[in-house]
Order: sequence, then structure tokens, then C-alpha cells
Amino acid sequence: MSAKAQKQTFKAPKKALSVNPLKMSQPLGGALAFLGIADALPLFHGSQGCTAFGLVLLVRHFREAIPLQTTAMNEVSTILGGYDNIEAALKNIYDRNKPTLIGLCTTGLTETKGEDMDGIMVRFRDRNPDLADLAVVHVSTPDFEGGLEDGFARAIEATIRLQVSAANETVPGQVNVLAGSHLTPGDILELREIFEAFGLKPLILPDLSRSLTGRIPDDFTAKTLGGTTLAEIQAMGQSEATFVLGDHMTKAAQKLHEITGVPNLYSGSLMDIASIDDFMMALSEVSGQAVPEKYRDQRDFLTDAMMDSHFFTGHRKVALGLEPELLANYARLAAKMGCDVVAAVSPTPSSALERIADLPVVVGDHDDLEGLAAEEGAELLISNSHARQAAERLEIPLMRVGLPCFDRLGAGHQVNIGYRGLRDVVFALGNMFLAQEHEHSPEDFAHIGRSGEGGEHAHSP
Amino acid sequence: MLADKIQDVFNEPGCAVNQKKTDKERKKGCSKPLMPGAAAGGCAFDGAKIVLQPIVDAAHLVHGPIACEGNSWDNRHSASSGPKLYRTGMTTDMSELDIIHGGEKKLYKAIKEVFKRYDPPAVFVYQTCVPALIGDDLVAVCQYAEEQLGKRVIPVNVPGFVGSKNLGNKLAGETLLDHVIGTEEPGMVTDKDINIIGDYNLVGEFWQIKPLLDKLGIRVLGKITGDARFSDVTVAHRARVNMMLCSQALVNIARKMEERYGIPYFEGSFYGVADTSESLRQIAKMLVARGANASLIAETEALIAEEEAKVAGKLQVYRERLQGKRVLLFTGGVKSWSAVTALEDVGMTVIGTSVKKSTDEDKQRIIAQKGEDFHMWENLKPKEMYHMLKESEADIMLSGGRSQFIALKAKTAWLDINQERHHAFAGYDGIVTLVHQIDATINNPVWQEVRRPAPWAAKDLHTTPNPVTV
Repeated sequence: MSAKAQKQTFKAPKKALSVNPLKMSQPLGGALAFLGIADALPLFHGSQGCTAFGLVLLVRHFREAIPLQTTAMNEVSTILGGYDNIEAALKNIYDRNKPTLIGLCTTGLTETKGEDMDGIMVRFRDRNPDLADLAVVHVSTPDFEGGLEDGFARAIEATIRLQVSAANETVPGQVNVLAGSHLTPGDILELREIFEAFGLKPLILPDLSRSLTGRIPDDFTAKTLGGTTLAEIQAMGQSEATFVLGDHMTKAAQKLHEITGVPNLYSGSLMDIASIDDFMMALSEVSGQAVPEKYRDQRDFLTDAMMDSHFFTGHRKVALGLEPELLANYARLAAKMGCDVVAAVSPTPSSALERIADLPVVVGDHDDLEGLAAEEGAELLISNSHARQAAERLEIPLMRVGLPCFDRLGAGHQVNIGYRGLRDVVFALGNMFLAQEHEHSPEDFAHIGRSGEGGEHAHSP
Repeated sequence: MLADKIQDVFNEPGCAVNQKKTDKERKKGCSKPLMPGAAAGGCAFDGAKIVLQPIVDAAHLVHGPIACEGNSWDNRHSASSGPKLYRTGMTTDMSELDIIHGGEKKLYKAIKEVFKRYDPPAVFVYQTCVPALIGDDLVAVCQYAEEQLGKRVIPVNVPGFVGSKNLGNKLAGETLLDHVIGTEEPGMVTDKDINIIGDYNLVGEFWQIKPLLDKLGIRVLGKITGDARFSDVTVAHRARVNMMLCSQALVNIARKMEERYGIPYFEGSFYGVADTSESLRQIAKMLVARGANASLIAETEALIAEEEAKVAGKLQVYRERLQGKRVLLFTGGVKSWSAVTALEDVGMTVIGTSVKKSTDEDKQRIIAQKGEDFHMWENLKPKEMYHMLKESEADIMLSGGRSQFIALKAKTAWLDINQERHHAFAGYDGIVTLVHQIDATINNPVWQEVRRPAPWAAKDLHTTPNPVTV
């Protein structure tokens, strides 16, 4: 079986009605990316509702204060053009909160109007020389195309385009890490620890681990509690290499390479052994250090966990509905653990899905996931909290992955990557089935000795 | 047409604030202008959906790009005693091509798919900013669909950018008046039928009230809209009395029903013991005035006496544990204020409240009860709130979800009393729950644990760790 031999066709059910959406909007992804920049404040150029809905979703997931503002467009300002609102918003935010950076995301509303954002920013700079020290990264993120992952990637690409420049010297041991939207704040903490174990200094963009993990500052702030600093972003040209985590970060990585010439050394999911092995070797290469002992141990723990878990995962039917990158990673993992992936639903098409072209991938919503899971007799759903209603109706368990997760605590601290993180994911997957083990009774073997073709085996696929 | 509607709801004679305005002020509307970069709160579409979505057997279809429904579905705790269709997120998920070609055909197809698949008694179709901007005629599509399909298709023409959540509440009320209320006749009526307007059965609060009404033989004919079936709302015009909760939002429904159907209304609250009793009294009085048997008044008094005694007994348990604790109340309107008496009954001190959303009447009421010295903040900034809590001026803050982290980052107890709350606080039963929950958080030993300073906290201020040289 070779995943590469097949090409993804992005099968999508033809329908006018989307039921129980899996997709979240591009600006939301943009906001999430900017939340990983220090002393920043994301701003939606749209109606106040665009911001309010996004804010509530992120608060429910992270259980943290989410700084997110709006240009508060109304009917009239939309038609006349939003310059005044943008200028007022930037000035108000600056006066009140003095952030280092404002991430300005457009929305479906202002994109439909056709706002010239580049022109608006030039005019803003001309008219406001006193705000020269305020960095503004504007990014086009219409709601009517793409999804959360795309918006996230675009925001990072825009940040690089507007803030990074080429450097003459290289700082030994300094590396860039472009961290995709599939990585939790917990994943980022894990990554930083791994890089530092090799004596490297990672510039992780964005760094959600400083802003959305529950840090308790000494004073109140309406900005991000931390993240990648602007100085770190601007120093990315001085790094020795770039690590690209997530297929959707490829464009941003290309842009970074184009501007700085820093080579892209590694790209991978960090959610299977081969990819983590490659990561370790890349770290070893760039740092000149051997892989620390603790990772050799952790690799053993992972392989042991896989063996312990496979008893419960083999031939179990799993249906997944996740953002593309997570979908590719989790579907591949489930398949590698011997599960039968009976459905893999993504909200949007993405190059990440090429990695699972051999699996039944559909671009759709939670309703498609539920329908396919029912049809195929899935025994487990892997999706976000929005699948809870489907899981209840199907009477199968839900393994909660991705955003939003609002009916379990600790979503931000969940670790999925690296030997240690993957070990816990493998255990969690095994436990989903182990917890359902039932005590056997004579009925389980009722097929034995039955005459004719009816003698179907209880476990036949 | 939408503009006329908006002017109409701004000109609300039933609203005390509006009454005091000049013609010019009235025209400007009741929503305070939003400050870009310093605004908070939902849009008009959000407000409309809050009001209508609790109609549990109807389908709710959002016409727009993904953000409006994709980011927000299944995020409220409006409870249903039966059908769950209202919790299904439905949207046309408009793409770029839909915007170029116009979304009307897709919308019609989507409506058809909803009926084919779920066959609900009605579908509410919500307009959003983008299709409004490109000129999708949502009202016409709904009309056409109603004719073609022979089903109820209700246009909710409230795109987010027309204004605030509150305006959206009111426009949703207009939608009900125009398309739903009075469109069917009830099978039978009694002289003790009432409507409750402005309750959304959040976390099941309606069920804390219903048994009391049942006991008195009072039937809630039209629920507007908590745990409502579509047909409940269609027959609401045959009720004898309207009780209106949370007046700011849906006063237009109550007033216009009085105009059109002669149903008298009153504004009441089921938060707090005194308000609950007062509301029950008022319902009884008004029903009797409209022909119900006069014995209802005595029956109501008997029920009130019994329930109040029960509550007093239950609250007594908490008095010792809550005596002297200071509460910062931070939410708008009267609803939280109704709880103050109960908090004081168990010995707590309410040190202040926000009056951002309160009417002058509310403020007068507060002054009358608490005196001139009582803190009333028009606009307390988050930072100031944080410092008050950090400096332990209050032991607990009761507020809405948006300010929870101000309390938590100050390591101070907090309880959600707004729409995302997890516990039901209505009626006599609810006030006991409220006090129980306050006790559960304020007296939780976790606060001592989390406030314990880190051993290095004091040192860090003066010394930096020695740099490690290799």
C-alpha cells in the first residue's frame, strides 16, 4: 500500500444544505495564529458578530481570556468603505492597550465589499506617523473560502511577508519552527523542550504555549499574555534552518525561505515513528549533538505502548472528522494501529489529505461523518466536541481531538506529538476500545453450528 | 423594508427609556454607537437567533458564509423536553461562487432539503450580512418556498450588521408577530392561559417555574420561546395574560399583542424569592381580572407562603457559611438585581453593581433599596475590576462569561449568572441553587491552595539567577 501512488480526488457530497458544520471560518484561524504572537491583539474587520462568535468559540475551547477586537462595521460603513472604522479601531486599540502588533483579518463581509486592504494600510501609515512603532499585519481571510487551517496559514505567511527580512549573519543554534494550527499549546511546550534538549534555540511561530496555557500574569492585560515576540520574528532570517510542521504551513515556509534564504530542513507530522525519527535526526544534524538518552527511552515507551494497544485497536472501525492536517495525522495513526478507517471527513480540501489518498476521504460536515459512520458501522468517532450529538445518536464513543473541545477540560494541554505525546495518544486510542470490552456470553457464539450460510462469524468484517 | 422595521422597534412606547427621548434621539435608536476596536457583544443576527432558536421542533437555517453558523452552532444551553432538531446546525455555507452568482437558488434548494429530510413544522431562515450585501432577497425566497412546498418558511431578515444583539432580539420579536403569532387557533382554551415572553429555558429554568403554575392550574399556552413547539407560538394570541421577562429584549411583542389581541401584560421576573412571589401574585390578579375564578388569588397566596417557608428553611443552612461575604455583582438589567435580596437574606453583602444596561427605573430601585452610597458603575473597566478583586474588595464576582477571566486571573471566586451558566437559578428552587453554588465556589478550599505564593516569588523581584557558564 503506497499512499503516494493515489491522488486525492476531494470527494464532496452534492448538496445545498450543510448540516452540523465541521468547517470553521478563515478569520478564526487567523485570530488563532495572531494569539501566538506576544503582546498582540487580533482584530476582525467585519461586523461585531464575526468577532463575538469567534471569541466565544475560542474561550469555550481554551478556557482562557481571548483578546479579539472588531472594527464594528455596520450596513452603512460597509457600503461606504471601512477605512474610517479600521483607522478608529487601530487607534483605539493602540491608545487603550498599546500592543506591539495588531493582526488585522478581513471577513466575508468586507471581502464581499472588496476592501483594498493594501491601499488602506498605506493611507493609514501616511495619516498616522505617530503610530509608526505599532506593527500591523493585515491578511485577507474571507469566510466564504477556505477554513480555519487556511486562515491560520495565511496569517503566518502575512506576518513573515511583512515582518521578516534577510540577515547577513547566522546565529549558531538558532532555528525557525513554523507551527501549524493542528498543534496545541501543549504540543508547542513539548516541541520547545525537545529543541532545547539538543541545545538549540527555537523561534517558534506562532507560540501558543505562552498565551493559551493558563499563565497567570501579575497584572491585568487585554493583550496576549505571551507568544513569539516581534524581535524573534524579525530575527528569523538569522536562523540556521527552518522546521515546517504542517502541510498547510508550506507556503509560509516558502515565503520565509524566499526572503531569508534559510533552508527548510524538516517537514513532517511528528505523529508517526518515522516522522519523529526523521525529526530527531534533523535535530541531531543541525545541533551536532547525539539524540539524548531520554528520547531513546521515549521511543521504546512508544513502541511498547503500540504493542500494548494494538490488541484493542486491530480491525476496529473508526470514523474521523477533523481539520485536514489533524485528519491526515489521526487517520494515518489509526490505520497504522490496525483500525479500519471507514470514513475520514475534512471540512476543506488541503494538500495534507494527499497523505491519506488511500483512505475514504470526503470533504463535508458532521452530518456526512455521522451518515458514513452509521452506514459503515463505525465503533469510534474521532472528532471535535461538535460530534457529541452524533456519537450519542450512534451510541458509540467519541475521542475528542481538535478545536473546539468544550465538553472536556484541558484541551489546550493535550499533547499529540513526539514519542511521548504519541505514546499517550496511542494509549488513549486503545482505551477507547478497552473501555468498551464486554463480558462474553453464550449469545456471542450463537453462530456456531448454525446450518447454511447464516453461520456468520460474530467478528467478520 | 428592514429599515422601516428597525425604526418601528426603535419607536417603542412600551419602553420607559424610549418614552423619555426626544423625537430626534428616538430616531437614532436605542443601540449605543459601537466604538471600533473597543466593542463587545454579539450582532443582530446573534440576537435574533437567541430568541428564535429555543423553538425546538423547528429547523433553523442560516443563509451565509460559514462563520455565522460554523463558528457558533450548539453553543447555548437552551433546553428541550422533546425534539432536538433546534440543536442541528444548518447553513447554506456560501462559497465565493455563491456570492458571485447570488445565493437565492442555493437557499431555496437548502430549504427544500430541510423539509425533505426533517419535515419540521416550520423552518426559520436567517439572513446574514454577506447575502444582504449582495442583495439576496431572503424574504422573497421564503415566500416562494412557502408557496411551492406548502410549508411554513419564516424569514428572519436580521443581518448582523444592522445593529446589536438587543436590536436583533427585538427584530426576532417582530418576526414572530408578523409570521407566527396568531396563525393558528388552539384546540381548547382555558381562562388561566398565559404566555411567558422572553424566557429561553436556559439550563431548564422554565421547569423550575412550570410546577408552580401547574399547581395553580395556570397553563403556559405560548412559550416565547423557551422549550416551545412551533404550534405553541402560533396560538399565543389566545392567552389571557402576557408575562414579560427581561423587558429590554421583547417589550415589542407584549405591547403589540396588547394592541392587536387585547392581552394585558406585565413585566416580571422569576429571579429571587420576592420577585417570584410578586410575579405569581400578578399573574393571578390579572387572570382573575380577566374572568378566572377569584379563588386563584387565595390559592396563589397559599402556594407562595408554603414555598417561601420552604426556601427560608433551605437558605438557613447557608447563612453561617456565607455570613459577611462580599459580592460584586456585574451584569446588566434587573435579572441579577432580583437576586440581591436572597443574597442578603443569607448574610452576604452586595458591595456594588454595574448599571450599564439598567434603565433609570432600575437605578432608582437600587438607590431606594441600598441608599446613595452604594456603588453603581456605569462603565467599570476590566483593569479596575481586576484590581478590585485582586485587592480582595470582594470575595466573589457574579457576572457573565466575558469577565470570568478577570476574576480567575485575580484568583477570586466567580459564578456565571448569564446565558452560558450551567445551573438553573429561577424561582424558589433556583435561588437555593444559586446560594448553593456560591457556597460551593466561595468556600472551596482551592482558593487557599492557588493563592499560596510560589517560594521564589519574593526573591525574583530582587535577584536574577546567576548566568550559567559552560
